[in-house]
Amino acid sequence: MIERVCVVGAGVIGSLFAAHLGRVAAVSVLCRRDEHARELNAHGLRVSGKHDFVASVSAAVTPDELAVPDLVIVATKGAGLDGAASVLAGHWPEATVMTVQNGLGAEEVVRRYGDWPMLSGVTFMSGTKHSDTHVEYILDTETWIGPYKDNSFEAAQEVGELVVRSGLKAEVLADLRPAQWSKLIFNATVNGVAALTGLRHDFHFAAEDEQADLGHVVHALVDEGKAVARAAAIELHDDPWEMNVLATRRGHAHLPSMLEDVQAHRPTEVELINGALVRKAREHGVEAPLQEAVYALVRGKEASYA
Amino acid sequence: VRICVVGCGAVGSLFAANLAQLEDVEVWAYDLAREHVDAINANGLRLSGAGEVVGTVRATSDAQELPACEFGIVATKAMHTSAAVAATAHAFADGAVASVQNGIGNEEAIAEHVERVIRGTTFPAGKLLEPGHVQWDVKGDTTLGPFEPKPAQRAEIERLADACTRAGMPTQAVADARGPQWRKLIFNAATNPLGALTGLTHGRVCERPDLRALVTGLVDEGKAVAAAQRIELDADPEELIDHAARKEVAYDHKASMLQDVEARRRTEVDFLNGGIVRFGGEHGVPTPLNQAIWALVKGVEASWTR
Repeated sequence: MIERVCVVGAGVIGSLFAAHLGRVAAVSVLCRRDEHARELNAHGLRVSGKHDFVASVSAAVTPDELAVPDLVIVATKGAGLDGAASVLAGHWPEATVMTVQNGLGAEEVVRRYGDWPMLSGVTFMSGTKHSDTHVEYILDTETWIGPYKDNSFEAAQEVGELVVRSGLKAEVLADLRPAQWSKLIFNATVNGVAALTGLRHDFHFAAEDEQADLGHVVHALVDEGKAVARAAAIELHDDPWEMNVLATRRGHAHLPSMLEDVQAHRPTEVELINGALVRKAREHGVEAPLQEAVYALVRGKEASYA
Repeated sequence: VRICVVGCGAVGSLFAANLAQLEDVEVWAYDLAREHVDAINANGLRLSGAGEVVGTVRATSDAQELPACEFGIVATKAMHTSAAVAATAHAFADGAVASVQNGIGNEEAIAEHVERVIRGTTFPAGKLLEPGHVQWDVKGDTTLGPFEPKPAQRAEIERLADACTRAGMPTQAVADARGPQWRKLIFNAATNPLGALTGLTHGRVCERPDLRALVTGLVDEGKAVAAAQRIELDADPEELIDHAARKEVAYDHKASMLQDVEARRRTEVDFLNGGIVRFGGEHGVPTPLNQAIWALVKGVEASWTR
């Protein structure tokens, strides 16, 4: 039985998990900033948008101050992952730890700091943080959950059921890699192109009428990613090009996090996403010149404001 | 000799003010910027920096005021060539018109309106300081030759080159002017958009190994398209790119396309990477990297009009 959940990192995704799960379990939040923890303890966590409620959570900046959880959801951004995982080292050995970062390799980063049984997560939900204690739930899309390495499918199912009972959408998969790779290729392409052009994920990404239309590049980037997946013997869960086309038709032009990051001159998740894909390509001897180009350009853009 | 400069921005002004120093040349300038035109007519066209010059130039924004000219020198941004030459073509009914613009495709646009066309490439650069006053940043050579489908006569190309040279703008008349043009095109197409997409100066693009490799990928595609047309480059763009990256040369230079992007002005990418893609298509040479870079910069432009 999962009675206590700790969410590490209360950005958009972490806040959405913490608030919803707070309705079906005792939820704590491990924050980076003192002030953030104080605000959460004082006011709880408000959700607006698709859902509308306030959940009470307990928050702190060190694990010692929090009750021992059964489940830990590490929901930091890629750039904050290593720091957050290091804080967990030596704590809560019985707990199950789930990562939900974009890209590939978050599980390995967490694994370096402890032997917890682990789950992999891929989430498609999105929202906007209006303050430390208020998150707007915008896209009520699914989170996919699967066992990591030798953890059991049942452990993933238990978490999946809890997430669904909390009011979020989830799907449990025996092997998460096909889903992770679908999203990896989608994110490397869409987030990279958005960060470089300044375009939200809108109709331009699927346009292939004129010679200079962006859809050609998006399509070619996706094809390179699919070739890497084939070489890595991964059968994709969804076709990333179809995911792209579908998303551009939803009527809401999503602001990809990598674009948000470059606009705010913050470090992006380029290493976990584009870097991971390019390294897989090299590892399997697959040529991916356009993905290499996007990776180099986004890193260059980061360097321009670093 | 009566010469009309069409598009009297920085480069156009360098030609106009210098040519106006010659006893045997009468210089006209056609430009749409009224304040600039009025200042030129009131006080002359002034250059400072690499040379201190004030030229007596008759400027107008009304193409109907232009008398018949023996030569035109088109120096507009590439996307304005067609409109500017269409408006002024009557003045060149019995004249030859040269392009000294960036990119590829300007001569084709001029030839739609004018019978005898000169293919030109110029390296001097400057910037407009205030109406009637241009900063002359760097001196450099100009090459003029026939535009093959609608060529000017050799004697008149030599006459224009001689006038420019006597005026302090060293200019060579050659039988095949495509070599310097493609050298400059390949240089610009491989470097300018990377600065525009990342925000990095020329030197900082070149010192990042991954971006420098992307530059080489773009250069190689451009060289292959030039080779397919049997164009012999007059210098290796790679060497010029490395030379320009040196601290004492142009390390800190922001590519004009980056300046355009920062000011949210439409760029010349259609005539740089777009030109390489178009000519590559005509000669069966694949240009996937230039295609991708072209579409990304068009995406940047599209992001402003959202």
